[in-house]
Amino acid sequence: MTTAAVRVRAVSKRFAGVRALDGVSLDLYPGEAHALVGENGAGKSTLIKLITGVHHPDEGQVCYLDEPVLFAGPREAQAAGISTIYQEVNLVPMRSVAGNLFLGREPTNRLGLISFRRMNRQAREVLRRYGITADVRRPLGELGLGVQQMIAVARALSTDARVVIMDEPTSSLEPREVDRLVEVIELLRRQRIAVLYVTHKLDEVFRVCQRVTVLRDGRVVHSGPVAETTRLRLVATMLGRDVADVREHGATSFSEQHQAAAGELVLRAEALTRRPLLDGVSVDVHAGEVVGLAGLLGSGRTETAKAVFGADPVDSGSVRVGAEARASAGAKPARRRWSPAAAIRRGIGMVPEDRGSEGVIGELSVRDNIVLAALPRLTRAGFLSDRRQDALVDTFVKRLRIKASSPDQKVRELSGGNQQKVLLARMLCLYPKVLILDEPTRGIDVGAKAEIQALIDELAAQGLGVLLISSELEEVVEGSDRVLVLRDGAVVGTLRGTEISEDRIMQAIAAGGEERP
Amino acid sequence: MTLQAVRPRDTTKLPQRIQAAGVYIAIAALLVFNLAFTPHFATVTNLRLQLVQVVPVAIVAVGMALVIATEGIDLSVGSTMALAAALIPLYIGYGVWPAIVVALAAGLAMGLASGWLVAFAGMQPIIATLGLLVAGRGLALVLADGRLVELFDPTLGALGNSAVLGVPVSVLIVIGVAVVAGVAMRRTAFGRRVLAIGGNRSAATLAGLPVKRTLVTVYAVSGLLAAVAGVLSTARQGASDPSFVGLLIELSAITAVVVGGTPLSGGRVRIVGTLMGALLMQLITATIIQHNLPDSTARMVQAAIIVAAVYVQRGRSAA
Repeated sequence: MTTAAVRVRAVSKRFAGVRALDGVSLDLYPGEAHALVGENGAGKSTLIKLITGVHHPDEGQVCYLDEPVLFAGPREAQAAGISTIYQEVNLVPMRSVAGNLFLGREPTNRLGLISFRRMNRQAREVLRRYGITADVRRPLGELGLGVQQMIAVARALSTDARVVIMDEPTSSLEPREVDRLVEVIELLRRQRIAVLYVTHKLDEVFRVCQRVTVLRDGRVVHSGPVAETTRLRLVATMLGRDVADVREHGATSFSEQHQAAAGELVLRAEALTRRPLLDGVSVDVHAGEVVGLAGLLGSGRTETAKAVFGADPVDSGSVRVGAEARASAGAKPARRRWSPAAAIRRGIGMVPEDRGSEGVIGELSVRDNIVLAALPRLTRAGFLSDRRQDALVDTFVKRLRIKASSPDQKVRELSGGNQQKVLLARMLCLYPKVLILDEPTRGIDVGAKAEIQALIDELAAQGLGVLLISSELEEVVEGSDRVLVLRDGAVVGTLRGTEISEDRIMQAIAAGGEERP
Repeated sequence: MTLQAVRPRDTTKLPQRIQAAGVYIAIAALLVFNLAFTPHFATVTNLRLQLVQVVPVAIVAVGMALVIATEGIDLSVGSTMALAAALIPLYIGYGVWPAIVVALAAGLAMGLASGWLVAFAGMQPIIATLGLLVAGRGLALVLADGRLVELFDPTLGALGNSAVLGVPVSVLIVIGVAVVAGVAMRRTAFGRRVLAIGGNRSAATLAGLPVKRTLVTVYAVSGLLAAVAGVLSTARQGASDPSFVGLLIELSAITAVVVGGTPLSGGRVRIVGTLMGALLMQLITATIIQHNLPDSTARMVQAAIIVAAVYVQRGRSAA
């Protein structure tokens, strides 16, 4: 066997006495894509940071090309040939595509000034090599997130990397962009580059990688060829559960039978239009019903959610809740200012797609984050009642099993899954009639994901109407009673009961495409 | 199976505690230094003078702290002081209290204007309030015809210079303002909204909070407090001096807020820390002047302190 590009030998790392990694070893060979999986808090990020020199191991050793190394930081690691592509695209949105590709190493002319012509020409070459179509002179921020991510990949690769670490690179990519990324990884492997691929998505492990290492609680619990394992076994090792147990419950934690939705109408959104993003989308949700919104990135899923919740302005359309929705057959909707505050008062709750920038308030405590939307109900003459706050927080921390050292802990210190639960609690403590969940399980660990999926079922069983958006087809299929398929800002198909399957959804999306001239 | 993976999280608290205590340590050190080396420092007269001199900055800084907690900034406070000062001689003919009410109303109006520009017109706080900084002092100078006007009203004089049980009235006002602000920030829904907006404005909007109304209120409070400071300065000097009252006070107030441990990135506020920050700046100036060094030296020391304070905050948020 060839020598490893990166060899991690029995590293341990503690943070303030807490063991983040405990005797972890990992070999990464040239030409392989090696999956690193595990729940949040399993130690994946810490391991990456040890390899790239952000942290140094307390015990053990990291070897690069058979030499023990101790990089001073990611920059030094990058110079040595270890590139990292992070989950969030960390480029400069105001600069051009070419400017980003060559950030910090712009080609210069004889006067030492940036030669834009050469830079743009080289940038076009780079993009062509990776099959990205984009105008290299346009500001990066004008492009879609997916393309931005591809450019981040291209940037990392154009630095003569021998090792590429990808931290959940597909979390904001559309399926066809994922396809492209997979091709790029194939290309890298042929060039004998070693790829460490961190992901939450098991599909990608089997599609992209040759070997897989599973971390749990800072230890390696499994490491071996992908071909010799199964999805089920991986899920089981990540969760530390029995294979039989997982099989019984399925890969998602939605219960299998959904009762045919029989509740009364709780939400009627009609002809929501916001050009060019939304074109006459209508959605009805009944009590106890989970309505899934399926579609590709940019198909109008999030835009629909935001329009219903009043977070984005619409050109036309109406949203009615509860008794008003039921009485509305043909009635002219009252013209009023629609805003998140109004939506919340009427009984709509929303957990937004982007947990960090639109959801949690990191500097505030778990308690303050949970009660935020319920403040008007917890005050008397403007003063907050500690007793009522604590009772509410206590109820929901227990019910959602939010793991925090205390309600006073700052939310930014919690794991992604627990932050998501805090956001759910913030909306659930308002006892809404309708709850809009935009990517409720994106980027959170398998355990929390399962809990949230089970919770959605439970809430629907108790009569809550749920509008569920997810880019994971599996989640929409297993979680919904009815699925609306969106494309280009319009509903192109409705699936009910047994009609709901991944195939049918994909067919609806594809059929929608054929109708276009 | 419930894994209660409760991890001890005391790590972040120690550096924070040191940073929070920094301003107190600095004040204690300066007091000890002055007690040892400055003649006539430990006299009632001198200590009272220090407190009275810090009043305008302290009041303005409390308002500034609220604005900074929303991730904003209010540069118009000094001009608001000048406007309040300029209005007093114009209306004192109707009596002291009507004149004061007019001055405070002008401050409120300035605050509402900045608040509207920031919340509804969507302007950057630094630009919106910079505009009002220029406009406010301009208006004050026009109203006062650019002149200093001496005022001989006994009630106004009492407001500036009398004391209750040995404590100057103006100092009592500062304490009152701080207590109200502290309680509002800790115990009311308003305070929680302010911190939520500063911590993450989009999240606050999506949680249904009245973000714009809250922002306008915060700037209005800042404007009102600046007017209070303007009235008290005028009362203490026995003269309305719109050319110089409150000049550059926005910088001292921002310094006090930051040194007191309120991050410029919003989402957190320290009212008592802010008062201590103001006191620290005052003590530095006093120490330097009493040791016959030029006032400009004091400014350089203050500059060093604000840089250090922001540096410490930066280190903490990066951790």
